[in-house]
Amino acid sequence: MYRYDQYDQAMVETRVAEFRDQTRRRLEGKLSEDQFKPLRLQNGLYLQLHAYMLRVAVPYGTLSSAQMHMLADIADKYDRGYGHFTTRQNIQYNWIRLEDAPDILADLAKVEMHAIQTSGNCIRNISSDQFAGASAGELVDPRPYAELLRQWSSFHPEFLALPRKFKIAVIASETDRAAMRLHDIGIRIVENPSADGAGEIGAAFYVGGGMGRTPMIGPLIRDFVPLDQLITYAEACLRVYNRYGRRDNKFKARIKILVHELGAEEYKRQVEGEFVHLLEQGVEPPIAELERIKAFFADPPFDPDAGDELDLSDPDFKLWVERNTHPHKQKGYISATISLKPVGGIPGDASAEQMHLMADLAREHSFDECRVTHAQNIVLPHVKKDELYGLWQKLEEAGLGTANLDQVGDIIACPGLDYCSLANARSIPLAQKISQRFAENGKGDALGELKLKISGCINACGHHHAGHIGILGVDRKGTENYQLLLGGSEAEDTSLGKITGPGFDEDGVVDAVETTADVYLRERKDGERFLDTYRRIGMEPFKEALYG
Amino acid sequence: MKILTGNDLKTGAVVWWDGQTWSLHVDHAVDVGDEAEPILGREEAARRVNASYAIDAERDAQGKVRPAHIKDRIRALGPTVRPDLTLKPADPEAGNWVI
Repeated sequence: MYRYDQYDQAMVETRVAEFRDQTRRRLEGKLSEDQFKPLRLQNGLYLQLHAYMLRVAVPYGTLSSAQMHMLADIADKYDRGYGHFTTRQNIQYNWIRLEDAPDILADLAKVEMHAIQTSGNCIRNISSDQFAGASAGELVDPRPYAELLRQWSSFHPEFLALPRKFKIAVIASETDRAAMRLHDIGIRIVENPSADGAGEIGAAFYVGGGMGRTPMIGPLIRDFVPLDQLITYAEACLRVYNRYGRRDNKFKARIKILVHELGAEEYKRQVEGEFVHLLEQGVEPPIAELERIKAFFADPPFDPDAGDELDLSDPDFKLWVERNTHPHKQKGYISATISLKPVGGIPGDASAEQMHLMADLAREHSFDECRVTHAQNIVLPHVKKDELYGLWQKLEEAGLGTANLDQVGDIIACPGLDYCSLANARSIPLAQKISQRFAENGKGDALGELKLKISGCINACGHHHAGHIGILGVDRKGTENYQLLLGGSEAEDTSLGKITGPGFDEDGVVDAVETTADVYLRERKDGERFLDTYRRIGMEPFKEALYG
Repeated sequence: MKILTGNDLKTGAVVWWDGQTWSLHVDHAVDVGDEAEPILGREEAARRVNASYAIDAERDAQGKVRPAHIKDRIRALGPTVRPDLTLKPADPEAGNWVI
């Protein structure tokens, strides 16, 4: 994985010193909150319901063991013994003291981490496929391109005051595990589709996707950008947005609104014009820099003689393998997902002890590396099949062996009104009740793949638009109310969920999810996922069962 | 009644104006009537509180202060999903007060 050079380290350490001074001046009263707020936000420090919250960037979701250990140490030393992994592959701490924040940032810098650009109207953490560099069927490892984009976008002077926040995802598979088309820019690394392309690798750009109050699927703006023009094209996309994005209305300020209002063709025309101009300016980093970055993402020293068979005689292990592992490109290896969604648990939360354990397991079994997924789980990307049973036993022992990946219990949920000052309703209690309901009634196992996503407000941090079943919490005259959506997908078959009808109270929406699942179980044909059945039969049978 | 709340500048902890200073306990909150603005202005300037504001609340039959909006009740108690981290970790029914 990428290691900081002297410039990266100097930038991060300089920022820590700067923020230490800013915090001191705030505590001494030399800065007002109005003056200090944008400074703390530039360092990922929010003020939430119960305390300050620190959001730490995990570039493209990749962590070393040392970094995971440090995240655990911070949870123990400065927070209340846990952290929350987010849908942007980051981690948040909920109980931070302002006076501790500079020390936390200094500790993060020791392991090449920071919280820069995890808030504000700038380019945020670049996200990617959690199986990058490991997955069978992947064209190339997308992370060198994500890292190049990270370096380009960090402190980019032109893009630190955009009309609104800006999120980029990079993948290199046909299978989309990063909600790529629901980002401001989604990049898929592809082979040149033209007849004379001859296998050349480049990037397809999808621009103007997003969730939030106006969800949109990003249209394809260009099907192939040569890799030696990748940054230039991204810069052109951003420059057009920066010039014409709506600064007069926060709710219309995201690039998706600009692309929608201009039309994809007109937006593309303007980007192409800017692109030609920028090519003359020579803004592209030298290809040698990309090659330097690529070297950090070389394959680990796989054992070519590793055994390729798994003993699945233990039925619990077999179930976990079926649900929580993913084929690896290297014979004898497999990628394992550690579910942070135990029945009745808080999605994405991990205690310091669990983080230490996952770090140790990554060191022992996965070449010192783990990944955060946008579904709020942790991946050990490179596990020898010979070692998988032993790994699973350790996870089971620590309560981390839940076999529910992409099942109804693997719920994405934002922090909601239990923690977030923007939320209108709680998300976590719903996730807990739903996972408990389906564990107790035994229907969970019958449902197969069913992605359920819960947001506590219209900002959609819980990706409710993209859930096969989505739930949106709203405030109805001071009480929590929940809208149910069906038919969304964040995968390569991207779609946006539709609201079923009038909302429900907390217990009512749990019942409604079960009713919805019952319709699916009744109507499905062989091999159909929930989403397939919904797409075949439409909304009406579900509405009839829910409201009829 | 009108009560005042905010977050402690240094720690971020949720606090309530008790007439003299800022308390962690909503039951200590006093009705400030029309005096919210000058008190908040003075306290923010003195850096004793951050992001402060006035809210509606009522006293229940036991005389306990109950903020009108669920968000402030959650602020007053702590996250409903982590009773161990609330101000009443030993009271399993404490979360019901929020709803």
